[in-house]
Amino acid sequence: MALLEVRDLRTYFHTEGGVAKAVDGVSFHVERGEVLGIVGESGCGKSVTSLSVMGLVSEPGRIEEGSSITYDGRELTTLSEKEMRGIRGNDIAMIFQEPMTSLNPVFPVGDQISEALRLHRGLKKKEARGRAIELLQLVGIPVPERRVDEYPHQLSGGMRQRVMIAMALANEPDVLIADEPTTALDVTIQAQILELLDELRERLGMAIVLITHDLGVVAEVCDRVVVMYAGQVVEEGPVGDIFGRPSHPYTQGLLAAVPRPDRREGTLAVIPGTVPPPTNWPTGCRFHDRCPYAWDLTREKMPPLFDLGGDHRSRCWLVEHPERREEVERTRPVFTGGAAQ
Amino acid sequence: MSELPVADVLAAEPDEETTLPPSKGDSDLGGRTLEEVDPGDALVHVRGLKKHFPLRGGFLSRIQGHVKAVDGVTFWVGKGETLGLVGESGSGKSTTGRAILRLIEPTEGTVVFAGQDVTAMDAEDLQALRRQAQIIFQDPFASLNPRMTVGDAIREVLKVHGLARGEGADARVRELLRLVGLRPEYASRYPHEFSGGQRQRIGIARALSVEPEFIVCDEPVSALDVSVQAQVVNLLEELQQRLGLAFLFIAHDLSVVEHVSDRVAVMYLGRIVETADAEQLTRSPKHPYTRALLSAVPVPEPGRKRERIVLPGDVPSPIDPPSGCPFHPRCPHPLKDQDCARTVPPLAEKAPGQFAACIKEPAYVAPTGS
Amino acid sequence: MTDREREDHGMGRGPERPADPESGVHEPVEKLAPDAAARERAAHTPRPGVPEPERTGADRGEPTRADERAATALEPPHGGASGLATALTAILPGSGHLLLGSPARGAAFLFAWGALLAAIWLGWEAISGVTEAGSLDDWVAIITLGLGLLAVWLGAMRDLRGAAAEDARRTAARHAGDDPGIQDRSGDSQWSIAARHFRQNVPALVGLVLVVVLYLIAFMAPLLAPYDPIAQGDLTTTGYLPPSGDYWLGTDQFGRDIMSRIIYGARISLAIGFIAVAIAIILGSLLGAIAGYIGGKVDAAIMRFTDMVMAFPRLILLIMIIALFEPSLTLIILVLGLTQWPGTARLVRGEVLSLREQEYIQAARALGFGRWRIILRHLIPNVLAPVIVAATLGIGNTIVLEAGLSFLGMGIQPPTPSWGTLVADGRQNLIGAWWVATFPGLAIVVTVLAFNLVGDGLRDALDPRMRS
Repeated sequence: MALLEVRDLRTYFHTEGGVAKAVDGVSFHVERGEVLGIVGESGCGKSVTSLSVMGLVSEPGRIEEGSSITYDGRELTTLSEKEMRGIRGNDIAMIFQEPMTSLNPVFPVGDQISEALRLHRGLKKKEARGRAIELLQLVGIPVPERRVDEYPHQLSGGMRQRVMIAMALANEPDVLIADEPTTALDVTIQAQILELLDELRERLGMAIVLITHDLGVVAEVCDRVVVMYAGQVVEEGPVGDIFGRPSHPYTQGLLAAVPRPDRREGTLAVIPGTVPPPTNWPTGCRFHDRCPYAWDLTREKMPPLFDLGGDHRSRCWLVEHPERREEVERTRPVFTGGAAQ
Repeated sequence: MSELPVADVLAAEPDEETTLPPSKGDSDLGGRTLEEVDPGDALVHVRGLKKHFPLRGGFLSRIQGHVKAVDGVTFWVGKGETLGLVGESGSGKSTTGRAILRLIEPTEGTVVFAGQDVTAMDAEDLQALRRQAQIIFQDPFASLNPRMTVGDAIREVLKVHGLARGEGADARVRELLRLVGLRPEYASRYPHEFSGGQRQRIGIARALSVEPEFIVCDEPVSALDVSVQAQVVNLLEELQQRLGLAFLFIAHDLSVVEHVSDRVAVMYLGRIVETADAEQLTRSPKHPYTRALLSAVPVPEPGRKRERIVLPGDVPSPIDPPSGCPFHPRCPHPLKDQDCARTVPPLAEKAPGQFAACIKEPAYVAPTGS
Repeated sequence: MTDREREDHGMGRGPERPADPESGVHEPVEKLAPDAAARERAAHTPRPGVPEPERTGADRGEPTRADERAATALEPPHGGASGLATALTAILPGSGHLLLGSPARGAAFLFAWGALLAAIWLGWEAISGVTEAGSLDDWVAIITLGLGLLAVWLGAMRDLRGAAAEDARRTAARHAGDDPGIQDRSGDSQWSIAARHFRQNVPALVGLVLVVVLYLIAFMAPLLAPYDPIAQGDLTTTGYLPPSGDYWLGTDQFGRDIMSRIIYGARISLAIGFIAVAIAIILGSLLGAIAGYIGGKVDAAIMRFTDMVMAFPRLILLIMIIALFEPSLTLIILVLGLTQWPGTARLVRGEVLSLREQEYIQAARALGFGRWRIILRHLIPNVLAPVIVAATLGIGNTIVLEAGLSFLGMGIQPPTPSWGTLVADGRQNLIGAWWVATFPGLAIVVTVLAFNLVGDGLRDALDPRMRS
């Protein structure tokens, strides 16, 4: 049994403009000591997925009937707010994108870490402080005895993100959900944080759910990948499969659209258009209006997640109709990165 | 799991000046510097550009120091060429871009645009410059007035510069929107009605309305999603080809800069630490910072275990930059020694056409003195 | 906003572009990628027998079917019913709405029309005699009444046409199986969005209606007031009469009709509120904008002066000034206006400071716009919203302050009726004649509440952060 399992998660936002199906039938699981990457562009529902797992979806958002999130065999969607509070921060912790706004500016960082310890563990003030120093050291903050009394604004962005990670680790959670933990940071600092996450996973045996838009980050730290588009999982599998032989045209397009310093090509490949609004997903395959292979079937019927073997799944009719792929590619290049100039 | 293991200190404190090993000898201060190179008829030539922001504080807001945002930068951009300017936050790359256009008054140095000294221009000359040199901003939403329609925003530019009026202006607005791949009907809409990528296209259309020769692109795709980013990058490249534009492309993302640029300059703490042809810079970087930066860019290719150089510590504050080479506290160079903390490294030629500010890299000497 | 985000058009990769880089002619880029455009079009050509599914984004350059449908739907298909409704409305505004099935709006128009007709009936004496013995007050009242009637009639006609179109559009959309919510709103400005939000805010609308009614009452006072507000009656027979059919809200100790006095008092309160706040807003905005935009020493000087004015207790300042001079309406308006600007000045300065750093101001400079163009076209429209909110809330405040001053006897002097003096008068016999103080007090409460409701509604509607 997986440590954290999400089955058919549907989180809808009931707004004036209609029902926004931000997350619409998402399933995935994470094992102990594993790093699962959830990738997608803005508006694909990856952040709402993580908030749903944490039970932090606020009005007008709602987790719909029939959704299931189990942690260690326990169903989380039916828990009361109070029970959920016991899980949150204790068993499942989360770190956010913006380390500045996630820390309270009027308290020293040490106090903020101790607070979590005293709340969940009932530690005394002194013990909590000692442990806070220990945690700061764990996340690689130099001179933790001094840093523990500093305020968030006295720390750099990278340091703040480390403090956030220390806070998340305070109660030794089994699952760490990291929502774009490095997006606001510079590349060299990002490298430090990724290194740290990797190291912590190894030492503490945590499961990490890494939510990001950056395929490079996923490739570097994840074991398995879930690619999301328009509130659904469009492809999932081991990291090698997703990057080595991506099956879904969206995954292929995303990969081809990333410029690489080691590969100078002509024009970048482009996925035309943008993610449609969640109040009005397209019928059939939700990617069809941006897909170079789209044909009648894709416009009418939503494809299921086809099993490609070896834990690799793809929500694309091309799996059943490989002839269409050949047919289209015979007439024009698709996602080749346009070597032609 | 009650006892947590103690990790190694990943991030060392950047106060190592005193603990640096004694001189290892091999410092090389020679080589042609960038200042000595004659770029020929460059469209934009920036020499020794500095921008120091005064730091005020205390009772009567007295000046208490300076933030050396840009501290002596030299480069040029040729006609129809793209120079990429990369650096992390606080490196001074955006300030450089704005100082060139005099949106911020430079403290020192000269900027020559098409033979004219921008730093010496009066209001009238500046107005003329605005027709030739333009800027595109990072946040396409913040750079459009929320209370003006797209058409009005562009028409206003045409009017101010006396380029077109009435019917002519309307036609030009439609033409410009089409040029950047938007429907001409969008002219009557407001900025908030567009997606990020479309807003950036509007920003580009507005910059193009004066038919400039040179555009500073200040992080134009940083706020966009990957697939949309590719669309805008392609649009910029296509426009450059068709209209013969020169770009100063500022970004923190080395992969994007490398992709669009002919030449690249890497900035660190207000200085250029390396500049070279884009391909050469990626293939054989000379400065240890460039190397670290290149290795830190995550590449979507799992399993390809590259040696990643993880730099310790953070970028130091530009208020009180380290002595000597500003990069030395974080520098992983094996030959790093006391000299690095003492000597400000000149931006010298380390390979043909490749300039790096590192005294531990041997200088390039041309075979015959020419 | 997401529901209106449109498709971002891909440029395609466009290989083999027809190369004419020298010509420099601005040609549409899409022409450069003929195969991409053709490909996309081909991909969406509907096959016979297979209905093409709705696409959210409009295709490049071609209006979508939804657009076309919306265009045809604007012509009402059933002209018969709406024709009759128009005719009915022309005779009796609001009746047409009832026929077309929007009773709430119909009732509102009918009520407004009725109220204005009632005003004619009440003030018939004054109206009929205006040509011979009409004072300026009477003329203003009658013109206001006429304009009110015209506004209701035109409003009803216009609204009816809109309702008919809306009705038709909905039916058409239902026929087509389309969601009426998804409609292409072209050119939706910040102001029209704010108006839409305001219209959905019921308390704010109630406040707005109250404010409008109050101003109408003030302007039409000579028509509405049943008695002279100042002339004293026979003290023995008409003093301290409780509310009755003759005196709806009773009389005071001098036998003056309370209702008439409240109606005339509305003029004083509203005039003071409006004019004083106008002075404060104009002065405050000007000083704030100058301080914020110019900065440096000018900023420091203006803001220190502002701090000084703010630091001085306002009520004491007011009492001092009024004690020094003869209290009059003009003086009170001036004093209230001249002591209220610092708040606005601070607000505007803050807004300007943050706007000045906005990229679109930078962009405007980069595009070579002059200083005054930037201030007038780019800064001011963006500062306006918070200023309007502050002004609306300020009016309520000022009315309370004036009432307080008058209550203390430092404001409007008797016998001129002001709500503050009316309450003060009633204080003498609160138990025996409760109506004397209660009704003017209620008038103050209702008025201030109305302004605050409108102000809050405006703030919610104008602040983009409150929406999202």
